[in-house]
Amino acid sequence: MMFKLTHKRYVLYFLWICFLFFASTLLFANQDQDAPGLELARQVVKEAKNTTTADHSQFKALNQNFTSGPEISKACLSCHTEAAKQLKKTLHWTWLDPNSPKDNQMGKAGYSVNNFCISANAMNDHHCNECHIGWNEEGKKAEIDCLKCHGRKKINWEEVLGDYKYFAESKDPEENALAKDAQAEIHEVVQSIGRPTRKNCGSCHFSGGGGDGVKHGDLDPSLINPNKELDVHMGYDGQDFECTRCHTTIAHHVAGRIYGTPASETRHSLLEHDLEPKIMCESCHSDKPHASSSKMNDHTDKVACQACHVPVIAKVLPVQRWWDWSKAGKKKDGKPYDVNGPFGKPVYQTTKGDTKWEKNVVPKYLWFNGSIKGVTAKDMIDPSKIVKLAWPNGNRNDKNARIFPFNIHSGKQPYDTVNKTMTTPLLSGEHGYWTTFDWQDSIQRGAKYLDLPFSGKIDFVETAYVFPSTHMVSPREEALKCSQCHTRSDSRLANLAGFYMPGRDKVNIIDFAGWAIVLCSFGGIVLHALGRIFTNGRKKEE
Amino acid sequence: MHSIKLITTYLYTRYERFWHWLQMLLIFLLLITGFEIHGVYSLMGFEQAVEVHNFLGITWLIAFAFFVFWIFTTGEWKQYIPTTKKLLEVIHYYGFGIFKGESHPVPKRKGAKHNPLQRLTYLSLAAMLLPIQMFTGIFYWTYNSWESWGLDFLSLNVVALIHLAGAFSILAFIVVHVYMTTTGHSIFAHIKAMITGWEEIEEGEEVEDWEKASRGLCSENASAKEV
Repeated sequence: MMFKLTHKRYVLYFLWICFLFFASTLLFANQDQDAPGLELARQVVKEAKNTTTADHSQFKALNQNFTSGPEISKACLSCHTEAAKQLKKTLHWTWLDPNSPKDNQMGKAGYSVNNFCISANAMNDHHCNECHIGWNEEGKKAEIDCLKCHGRKKINWEEVLGDYKYFAESKDPEENALAKDAQAEIHEVVQSIGRPTRKNCGSCHFSGGGGDGVKHGDLDPSLINPNKELDVHMGYDGQDFECTRCHTTIAHHVAGRIYGTPASETRHSLLEHDLEPKIMCESCHSDKPHASSSKMNDHTDKVACQACHVPVIAKVLPVQRWWDWSKAGKKKDGKPYDVNGPFGKPVYQTTKGDTKWEKNVVPKYLWFNGSIKGVTAKDMIDPSKIVKLAWPNGNRNDKNARIFPFNIHSGKQPYDTVNKTMTTPLLSGEHGYWTTFDWQDSIQRGAKYLDLPFSGKIDFVETAYVFPSTHMVSPREEALKCSQCHTRSDSRLANLAGFYMPGRDKVNIIDFAGWAIVLCSFGGIVLHALGRIFTNGRKKEE
Repeated sequence: MHSIKLITTYLYTRYERFWHWLQMLLIFLLLITGFEIHGVYSLMGFEQAVEVHNFLGITWLIAFAFFVFWIFTTGEWKQYIPTTKKLLEVIHYYGFGIFKGESHPVPKRKGAKHNPLQRLTYLSLAAMLLPIQMFTGIFYWTYNSWESWGLDFLSLNVVALIHLAGAFSILAFIVVHVYMTTTGHSIFAHIKAMITGWEEIEEGEEVEDWEKASRGLCSENASAKEV
């Protein structure tokens, strides 16, 4: 009876412990389920089907004989009557930031200066205009080229249109037949129309700055046909997103950051506002993307999704990390030359100077409220420091700012030592630096296009330029582990100060005092124990 | 000492013993995981350590609520009323008398299981240090809700440092506490008592009035038998 009773009690105690752990387990439940944010995103992207209602090969306007590019655009605009008007209002056409002051306007067509080809000299550096959406390199004087963004097939227009003209004007019927072939080829291209693909956007955004992967680090031609490893959203073996899936468009305005204007200031999910652009991670994943009990959800107010989910950039192709213009102009036997280095990328070019390339770059983490502060050719600089030509706005106390990963490109550029401004050398063309290798002359000419003063005295200053790392999102298994930031040594956030981060930070005096007290206690008991052993021993001898 | 007769008394009830060892286990694991989170060493990894630490913390909190309920419903709280009476004698005993083989000035008795020094220590532990750890722990855990709770004047830095200072204090307490268990009439007498509930104590001396918790305390299975 007595045993039975005791036995019963132990069972009760056991049950009590079970209850205890069960109760606290409730608070940490759902850990194994897929996160609500993931479920949400899956619903948003369900059943993506082709929704086109037009077959462009059936349109008469696209079956006429085309002898020039602008004729093609005219045919497009005969149906899409508003397209040109819309496009010409967008940053993609104006190259001007509508939200910056008119007398010191940001933008490639404005006074912006970057770390690469420095300035487009108000669109007079014609080489830069290759990326402008026009049929030639005359900048905004050109007719818009719809096919740059909407054409699914790419041909060498100069060659094909030239062939057509030549053969069509010929008296030889055999050559006339060749003209027909050329026109058929043109028709095939102009009738293959659609929303912009990764290839369309990439023709400029993957290869800006004069080559593949010069600029971003998270955008390069490897994204034309990426696998899931490279980008979990764009991977052909996964969701196969085109750029436009997130960069949604209203009247040709493509969602995204415009210099000092964030891509989105609200970070709403589509559940909160269904017409919001899908440009933020939160748009589809919400701001609580992880399992409901996960501590990770508590990070989203201060740490951008990208900080953990874009752990490394330039995963397939190298990105340029350094461009030193001060080394440009050296010649071999009186001739310009190139030296290739690792990855088959140039490490020296007479035209451009020293460059360095890197793969698998670990981003740098900075506070970012979504806008970037740029330097223009009109802004005064402090040449005693590294000049930050583009740097994120935001700090720890900014409610909209979060810790964000960046690719920081560094380099050296000429600046005006008297006016204390960056200079804007003209690069391409017969009077450009790439032909004359004369800084004085090319800077003088470049300044003239922008109506800027130039003292004639230059030196080189180190510059830095940031790109937010937001593409090349890795599969979740590759996301950063807690311990890659929450660690004493080699924390990815080692450079960010002003807040306490468990595992990374300690206050030496507390640690010192704490261990001192523990050690003193230990020393005290050891002495006390020795005292007891010693005195007891002596007593026994008595 | 040897001339004094020893009797065994039932000193700790089953729940009390269970609570003691459960709490020991929880605090032990909390210290292990806590110092890993603080970056002192790497054992199970930061993420795992945080998860385990949070889980144990909540478990401890729930268990502590039961302890508080128990201590007030049984009147055991009276054993924690601090006193300065004979406090100096106890300190003198541990500092000097113990080496000379003197008797403890306030030996354990049924209904008065804590000497004045223990009363002071355990009161500050149960009523101050542990609650401080629990509150700073909860605040630490609920960092993101501070704003909606109107607590945004708090600083994580301060909360974290108090929590850490508390952890060091508990660690130092454990070092001394474990050692003090060896100061009974035999090295393992006190530990044995906390396992079985029965402690061998010296016969004789009455429990003084000021020491008494309440009538009928520890009446469960209360039978003193001679050795």
